[in-house]
Amino acid sequence: MSAGGPEAEIARIAAKAAHERDTAAAGLHVGQALRRKEDPRLITGRGRYVDDLTLPGTLWAALVRSPEAHARIVSIDSSQATERAGVHGVFTGQDMTNLQAPLPMAWGPPGVEVRNPPHWPLARDKVRYVGDPVAVVIGEDRYRVMDAVEDVLVEYEALPAVVDPEAALEEDAPLVHEELGTNKIHEWPLEGGDVEQGFAEAEVIVERRVVNHRTSGAPIEPRAVLADYRAGSVTVWSSTQIPHYTRLFLALMLGISEEKVRVIAPEVGGGFGAKLQIYGEEILIPWCSRRLGMPVKWVETRSEHMATSHHGRDQIAHVRMGAKRDGTITAWHVRILADMGAYNMFLTPLIPSLGAFVMGGCYAIPNVKTEIVGVFTNKMSTDAIRGAGRPEATHMVEVTLEQLAQELGMDRLELRRKNFIPEDAFPYQSATAVVYDSGDYEKTLARLLEHVDVDAFRREQEQARRQGTLRGLGFSTYTEICGLAPSRVAGPPIVGVQAGFWESAMVRVHNTGAVTVYTGSSPHGQGHETGFAQIAADRLGVDPSVVEVVHGDTGFGPEGRGTYGSRSLAVGGESVAQAANQVAAKAKLIVAHKLEAAPEDIELRDGKFAVRGSPDKGMSLADVAGEAYLGIDLPEGMQPGLEMTNFYEPENFVFPFGAHACMVEVDTETGKVDVVRYVAVDDCGPAINPMLIAGQVHGGIAHAIGQALYERIAYDENGQLVTGTFVDYALPTAAELPSFETDRTETPSPVNSLGVKGVGEAGTIAASAAVTNAVIDALRPLGITYINMPLTPMRVWEAIQEAQNGGAAA
Amino acid sequence: MSTTVPVRLKVNGVKEEIDVQPRLLLVHALRDRLGLTGTHVGCDTSNCGACTVHLDGRAVKSCTVLAVQADGATVTTIEGMGSEDQLHPLQEAFWNDHGLQCGYCTPGMIMAAAGLLAENPNPTEEEVRHALEGNLCRCTGYHNIVRAVLDAAKTKSATVAQQQEVTA
Repeated sequence: MSAGGPEAEIARIAAKAAHERDTAAAGLHVGQALRRKEDPRLITGRGRYVDDLTLPGTLWAALVRSPEAHARIVSIDSSQATERAGVHGVFTGQDMTNLQAPLPMAWGPPGVEVRNPPHWPLARDKVRYVGDPVAVVIGEDRYRVMDAVEDVLVEYEALPAVVDPEAALEEDAPLVHEELGTNKIHEWPLEGGDVEQGFAEAEVIVERRVVNHRTSGAPIEPRAVLADYRAGSVTVWSSTQIPHYTRLFLALMLGISEEKVRVIAPEVGGGFGAKLQIYGEEILIPWCSRRLGMPVKWVETRSEHMATSHHGRDQIAHVRMGAKRDGTITAWHVRILADMGAYNMFLTPLIPSLGAFVMGGCYAIPNVKTEIVGVFTNKMSTDAIRGAGRPEATHMVEVTLEQLAQELGMDRLELRRKNFIPEDAFPYQSATAVVYDSGDYEKTLARLLEHVDVDAFRREQEQARRQGTLRGLGFSTYTEICGLAPSRVAGPPIVGVQAGFWESAMVRVHNTGAVTVYTGSSPHGQGHETGFAQIAADRLGVDPSVVEVVHGDTGFGPEGRGTYGSRSLAVGGESVAQAANQVAAKAKLIVAHKLEAAPEDIELRDGKFAVRGSPDKGMSLADVAGEAYLGIDLPEGMQPGLEMTNFYEPENFVFPFGAHACMVEVDTETGKVDVVRYVAVDDCGPAINPMLIAGQVHGGIAHAIGQALYERIAYDENGQLVTGTFVDYALPTAAELPSFETDRTETPSPVNSLGVKGVGEAGTIAASAAVTNAVIDALRPLGITYINMPLTPMRVWEAIQEAQNGGAAA
Repeated sequence: MSTTVPVRLKVNGVKEEIDVQPRLLLVHALRDRLGLTGTHVGCDTSNCGACTVHLDGRAVKSCTVLAVQADGATVTTIEGMGSEDQLHPLQEAFWNDHGLQCGYCTPGMIMAAAGLLAENPNPTEEEVRHALEGNLCRCTGYHNIVRAVLDAAKTKSATVAQQQEVTA
């Protein structure tokens, strides 16, 4: 045994394995389209989501919510409600003054003041958006608590509401939070190079106002919380993406020591960012359970979800792009007014800034400046929704670039190629303060064009036009920043989130050689149980069927950070790989000891840790585990047992990229847009499970087509939500969408040993620009150069009417 | 306090008799009274289809049916479609084709698709897409769901299992 004993030796062998990238490439299971381990329970109706769980004596909670966008609470009379049979209590904000802290907002960028008024689970004194909760009713029956909610009489003194974010900055605007004296939350700039100089060098400048409207995450499972407080400890089941953070803030807000709080995210029915939050109800329901000494459950209705689960996007941007006549982009300036709604929630004001770090897209633009102003309005808060800032950035750069190509009279793909960051420039220091890890944008575009024959499309387009049908082809070439990490950049020093961004894994080999992997990331449909099992299986020489992946329970395994920002595989999956490498390293030491060989000579082959060159001399993982747990003949100084915990802190973010094309047909009589064909080429590094990647891409594209064509959260001028159900908020159905054509290239990331990048948000980040560019391409013969999303029949029809009437007048 | 009404159902082959409030929705009778939590609720306007079950062999949204309206009916839920050892061809196809991610819409999707295949054993892609219009999924973009339904239709056993289920 070398100096430092077995622990140092394990670390050395594991580190060596992490550097041998071919470990993954040569894997038996990594790279395979393995059917999901999650599915048998889900397809048979045996999944257990929060609303499926009930404890003995469980009480139901329902919330009394504000019908006013902005009002002072004059009085709350709950006497009738408490008189109802089966009602155990009605509580208001004034009953909850024993909370130790308000709801958290985790962003504190260095050198920037972010105004952050207190936000409580139940409103105190004032309500600031329609749906703001003012009281909670607890009772014995799902239906009867709803009856009791109707009996809670709240008197409001209505105040003028401010709904339009531009109006919110005017001098005489009503103030959402009077004590601040302004509705402005913050101003945040990011500049690389010198944009003024860049515009001075430009020969052509295009400008426009780009509105990226408000949307809902709309997972099909609404939020839900079940809390069980008993004898000083509380267990909370919540439909969340971040159970460990939920535990932390429950402890801090309720004043319960953290080890007495257990949070479980059981089956979670979709998140899309809407469950990356510390919601008031997640604190309120455990508070009620403590107060009443009974388990309490609350399940969000869809109407509540539309009104009170955080929204996304909602930016008004003024964009300006300058270029030389030859197409070289010299400057890119974006000023964003971001509507944050009524309160700063967990990451609310950060979100637009995430886009700023990739505002230059996949182009080598030397001078890029993003200026963001955040503003309070009397609407639900915005926060992270799938893509979170990056779809907005891609949309701006990709629609502006296609406009620039028109101005230059240049082919739009040629203009892209002219400005692509060249493949040999990686790692690439961007003007936006980050280092792009790897990329080959020419390659994804070239692959896309193998599927899309642009010349043939142009001929069809022309022919269709002669027959009165408008068709369009739009592109989006994108990169994005994900795998949210590393702590020294994403955390306090630079981006300014007041947290670390590592992820954890624990790999435990049982006596029989079966394996349990505990991960700190927390899936809601992504397929971690399958993908992470594939990663661990290859490193331990077992089949994925004997690797169980446990997630979403703070009662087991190491601390974790959760699932968001397309980080689970690149950060959490890498942590699983490293923990498994550490276990394999220990196994090799045990085998070397037993077989009297050098540890360097032990290799994993065909499910056995064997002596190189003597494949018959070997031990399976079960053999090794037997020795490790018997513990009587191990290398000197080695502890018994066979499990390892890893905390992985990446060196950098990862930057997936790709090229998407969308073909649409526009009915000029009705303005209706049909997506006829959608082709996506994405590069997220080598596949762990290509089937899961395709699934993520499909869903991501559908999410963005939804935003581009159908979905919009709309408030009227009084702040009333007018899209409060699935009747008026138009989620795309199977009938609106085409089958998607997907392909991939594989450019490894140098950041992690798997070479992987995230792919959960990529489709959403890419696609709204491709759809919009396709519609504009169809309408360009009419002189239409841009329409803001959503490209609903009404909007498109109006643009066509305006263009035709304008044309007639001219 | 409202009075209760007795309701008799045959659910997944089992005879049930429950006393319910007249306003109780079938979906809540199944979930809260019979413990069949595979049938989900995703909206309050009958748009999402997560609660789809079979009522006397026809796919219906169980949030638009009162439990009392189902008195005397035969109900099949996702739990009655197949077991882990013997999956229904649609369940098998959803698994093979990665037709689900979070799984929340899946029971309703499978029940709606089974309803389609009972009426139209060999649908086109277009027909599948229109038949599933009343079932929302946020994860998959429907691509693999549609593929799964078409694949299930291709297996002859799908039709056979359909008939067995309808006549059960």
